[in-house]
Amino acid sequence: MAEPAVPRRRSPAEDLLEGSHLRELSFLAQAELRVDAEEADAASRMAEQFLGCPLPGPGRATGTGTPYVLWSGPGRYLVVDAEATGRGLCAGLSAALGGEYGRLCAAVADLSAQRTVLELRGPDAEEVLARGCPLDLHPREFGTGSYAQTVIGKAAVGLHRTGGDGPPGGDATAFRILVRASFADYLARLLTGAAADVRNARAGAVV
Amino acid sequence: MLLIPCPWCGPRDEREFRYGGQAHIAYPADPSALGDEAWADYLFMRDNPAGRHAERWFHGSGCRAWCDVERDTVDYTVTGSCTTGAHPAGGPDTGPCTSPYCVRRAVPSTGGTR
Repeated sequence: MAEPAVPRRRSPAEDLLEGSHLRELSFLAQAELRVDAEEADAASRMAEQFLGCPLPGPGRATGTGTPYVLWSGPGRYLVVDAEATGRGLCAGLSAALGGEYGRLCAAVADLSAQRTVLELRGPDAEEVLARGCPLDLHPREFGTGSYAQTVIGKAAVGLHRTGGDGPPGGDATAFRILVRASFADYLARLLTGAAADVRNARAGAVV
Repeated sequence: MLLIPCPWCGPRDEREFRYGGQAHIAYPADPSALGDEAWADYLFMRDNPAGRHAERWFHGSGCRAWCDVERDTVDYTVTGSCTTGAHPAGGPDTGPCTSPYCVRRAVPSTGGTR
């Protein structure tokens, strides 16, 4: 009778760090833009000149690089920029939107310190998120450029799909998760734990 | 769990919402003119139908907007949802409603009777 194979030894933090395809995009500039319903068209036009993309409709994100804009509620938008500072982004937005209207139609606030951004990539990403998130994340329902505010576990998050429109489980699958700074540790541990569970389940181990 | 259609975000899980009581209760036009009984009636007395019930829900983990949802209190069917104020209390439904889940457009509400 052959000896059973000895399982490979795993280091204590291996599951937290390796193979989870999770990384943090730290210190992105984030500004919230609030627009009156009557002024939405004008504000969108002026914002487009500054941002290079129109303001998104419900459940969507616009802009591809820096900056990009997320729809976070009726009349509320979150502008995210990796290359600006929060203060600089707000100053630019205020000037772009206030020049014509004297800031009557829009308000800008610097929220850079409120949230951090986690990025989850890889073929398991949908399944990992599904372990804590009630949304249907199939690309048919939640394709690239979709943005939704929802919950993962107990953390309120903004979920932004940045890649992977093919069948679920494609290599290009990528999500950005905006989470409050105080929940980032909890969420990172929850997601890395879920990733380990998914990996183990795929390998046929009893979880 | 309920699947509540948010007029902005689409169908979402109940745990993203917070319940806000009965909908369409208008603030009294002249509160100081109300007697104790009428004031208590405004503050505390609510319908308790076995059937369709218009109620307010707050999509706190989503778009952070209130919406008016019509739900059947017997079988928990959610008939539809509209943005707040789209259908003011008492009056006929004349205002524009942009909700794709508008209650009045699909099924006329009978206000709590089955």
